[in-house]
Amino acid sequence: MSPAINFELRRRTFIAGTAVAAVTVGMSRKAAAQTAAPVGAESTTVFLTVNGEGRELTVDNRTTLLDALREHLQLTGTKKGCDHGQCGACTCTVNGTRVNSCLSLAVMHDGDEVETIEGIGAPDAMDPMQTAFVENDGFQCGYCTPGQIQSARAVLDEIRAGIPSHVTDDLTAEITITDAEIRERMSGNICRCGAYANILAAITQVAEDQA
Amino acid sequence: MSVHRPTPHDSARLHVTGAARYVDDIPTPAGCLHLAFGQSTIAHGTITAMDLTAVRASEGVIAVLTANDLPHANDVSPSIHDEPLLATGTVHYVGQPLFAVVATSHTAARKAARLAEVTYDTKPAILTIEEAMAANSRFEEGPRVYTRGDASGAIDASAHVIDGVIDMGGQEHFYLEGQAALALPQDDGDMVVHSSTQHPSEIQHKVADALGLPMHGVKVEVRRMGGGFGGKESQGNALAVACAVAASLTGKPCKMRYDRDDDMVITGKRHDFRISYRAGFDHAGRVQGIEFVHYTRCGWAQDLSLPVADRAMLHADNAYFFENIRIESHRLRTNTQSATAFRGFGGPQGIVGVERVMDQIAHHLGLDPLEVRKVNYYAEMESADGGLSAPRAAAPLPPESILTKKKQVTPYGQEVTDFVLHGLTADLAARCDYEARRVAVAEWNAGSPVLKRGMAITPVKFGISFTLSHLNQAGALVHVYQDGSVALNHGGTEMGQGLYQKVAQVASGVFGIGLEQVRLTATDTSKVPNTSATAASSGSDLNGMAVLAACEALRARMADHLAAVRQGEPADVVFEGGLVRVGADEMTFCAAAKECYEGRVSLSATGFYKTPDISWDRIKGNGRPFYYFAYGAACSEVVIDTLTGEYKVLRTDILHDAGRSLNPALDIGQIEGGFVQGAGWLTTEELVWDDKGRLRTHAPSTYKIPAASDRPKVFNVALFEGDNPEATIHRSKAVGEPPFCLGISVLMALSDAVAACGAAYPALDAPATPERVLKAVMRVRGDA
Repeated sequence: MSPAINFELRRRTFIAGTAVAAVTVGMSRKAAAQTAAPVGAESTTVFLTVNGEGRELTVDNRTTLLDALREHLQLTGTKKGCDHGQCGACTCTVNGTRVNSCLSLAVMHDGDEVETIEGIGAPDAMDPMQTAFVENDGFQCGYCTPGQIQSARAVLDEIRAGIPSHVTDDLTAEITITDAEIRERMSGNICRCGAYANILAAITQVAEDQA
Repeated sequence: MSVHRPTPHDSARLHVTGAARYVDDIPTPAGCLHLAFGQSTIAHGTITAMDLTAVRASEGVIAVLTANDLPHANDVSPSIHDEPLLATGTVHYVGQPLFAVVATSHTAARKAARLAEVTYDTKPAILTIEEAMAANSRFEEGPRVYTRGDASGAIDASAHVIDGVIDMGGQEHFYLEGQAALALPQDDGDMVVHSSTQHPSEIQHKVADALGLPMHGVKVEVRRMGGGFGGKESQGNALAVACAVAASLTGKPCKMRYDRDDDMVITGKRHDFRISYRAGFDHAGRVQGIEFVHYTRCGWAQDLSLPVADRAMLHADNAYFFENIRIESHRLRTNTQSATAFRGFGGPQGIVGVERVMDQIAHHLGLDPLEVRKVNYYAEMESADGGLSAPRAAAPLPPESILTKKKQVTPYGQEVTDFVLHGLTADLAARCDYEARRVAVAEWNAGSPVLKRGMAITPVKFGISFTLSHLNQAGALVHVYQDGSVALNHGGTEMGQGLYQKVAQVASGVFGIGLEQVRLTATDTSKVPNTSATAASSGSDLNGMAVLAACEALRARMADHLAAVRQGEPADVVFEGGLVRVGADEMTFCAAAKECYEGRVSLSATGFYKTPDISWDRIKGNGRPFYYFAYGAACSEVVIDTLTGEYKVLRTDILHDAGRSLNPALDIGQIEGGFVQGAGWLTTEELVWDDKGRLRTHAPSTYKIPAASDRPKVFNVALFEGDNPEATIHRSKAVGEPPFCLGISVLMALSDAVAACGAAYPALDAPATPERVLKAVMRVRGDA
């Protein structure tokens, strides 16, 4: 991993940490309730920055980040495919890193920056990756598409940041963006319609445009 | 005119921005309740007691429904009413819904559903083909048999004879969007249902029966599905009916979405098949006589199993003419999920059976399997006259003779008039350099003791039409508004195949306007009634024609009016480029619409279409079940590791016939996707039930669906362009299911690679997982 990205992550975490301080009043009330009930609080108030907007929400501790986004914030662009972290439909980014939001609890992300597909672009103002997916027909039914696009953007970032994958031959050299690298890194996002050829074409197009 | 152009999917911008709404994304009204099913934990038995006290007491639970609480029909079967929504005393498989919990949240409903205490009088479960055959547990009175000539006699008289058995597993649909429904109670007991379904009219019918309403009391709306693949033809009935009944009883909106594991445990899958065969042939591999016995596990309820098993029989010939053939089909009732429609609907299973035979004949004779396939092909279609415009590299035809005529008739009596596989296969073989690469593979294998390569070309001939002939109909409703915008509605549903876009292209062509002026609205049973499922690849064939009829009726009305006002001839009115020309007058389509409105012209029309010239007797196995055939061929090359059985698909080349494609971009997408899904079925996708009848592969963690890294490294897909000889919508061909069968080339390439390991025939079963490939390698080497 390149130092620049490390710094970036830490800086974001730090900023997020200060954001938490802004809602500590709410938190301390919860903490007081916790001491009274030895089993622990069943719900927690968390502060998330979602697509650049601060959102405070009180959720059952067992609520996944995915359900928090879909059910509490009505951001339904992030999809629930398997709810097991196996299909990738729920992929979104937390502090710039892609995660399966169904495998992460909302309460783990107090102070974090979350970006969903809605934050990347809109139908009349699309991100280059979204445009490339349209131009290359990188979908059929569209259900896996938000997750594919989130992963696709992260894949290019990860390669540029020097994070190796299973198919990276030389761990010390700069990683080149190859078909094999993209395929390997996108293999956590299932497209049951089998639009992989077009998905790869879209990602390759963006990688070339950005090169 | 946008027909035949590669325009993107109509929802493209919505899909990539997360703005495309699926059932689970629809904002629900306040107070919406959520449902979950309590499920059977045994495969077969009688319920002796069902204590639901703890379920009812669980937090958030509003109501618990059992079969006794249902006010009207307890039936979600698409066929013979043998599938109750909730079990009535006897349970037939692990996962069968016993009761429905209605609660304030999805989680509360699911948690409560697990608290039931059910005791059973367990009965022996019939799980396997052997058990079902031994117990004569089946649908219909006995096996269905289609025959022509004397197969047994011809085999016995042949120079060479082979026999064998191939097992092929089922397949989980794994539509990325799981089953979901939302019911909204209306005035006077009516119900509106949003359902993720390929068959809105059936949902409407089942909900109406469950509520004791006429069908006009129920409206079903479907904007899109996150994948269907046949799994939403009948399997959404249970959710929609449960939600509607709960909504009716509570007066609240009710929603149900299966958790993924529940979805995989409860719903039906592709039928698994065992096909045993015997074939007699000459020195060139020409088949003299052939016999198949199909055994299929239909699961506990009939669902769509009979037409699935029929279609398997109807594809037992695939692309080959068999003068003497006998096909026997056993539709077995087992204590497992009720197997259902899945892309290809039995066709792929029938085709795998005969492709195995071709492969084994070639192995037996030491011939190139492609040569064996070619000598058995039906004769090529007659050339150039008959309205064919595309140049085709057709093989020279023998003179018209009785023999040629006879060679054009399928075992079920349908004449094959459009056969293009001689030319198509030759074209593909040339494009992918088949002969040279086969030589190269053999040389490479000679020098490679551990890794072995294999290569195969397999063809597909797929029959297009519902075999239940009356389903081959469609309706459409088209409005032209006074501002010149056009709204379309038809009975087809959108599941990613691009049907809406293709149909919009048809409409834009008729009115000579841009696609942005045409809007497809959600499929809605109150707009177009009595629709057939969007299935059997028929979506654009049927609905495209219905929309065309409606648009042409509207255009004629507009032309009549515009011409009459100007003392012109309606036939001279031209709709083109967003403009309407009447003699010297030219106006925008929008102005024309306004003028027609002001001239009091009805600007709303319905359209209807029924497929002509089809008839079918499924008991006799005779008639013309299909309007036409769609064709294609694929060449795949694989490499296997003989130490582990692992393999990779190195390259696949496909040439597929979509007629004069309505939209080449969408059609190529269907072909690539169909291939990937078909290859997945035959390689990595393995369903495993334990000896208690429990499905152990009920999540993508244990059920391996092809990922981006599984796609062939080199993947070339091209359309075999040419008009459909039949008068389909703009001479296109259906493209949903046929390319699924191209995945068979991977199985045959694996067989070829295994065959390079020794003298014996690989006899590879499907799915050809690494374990099966390794076993086959050991068998071929004589190590097993």
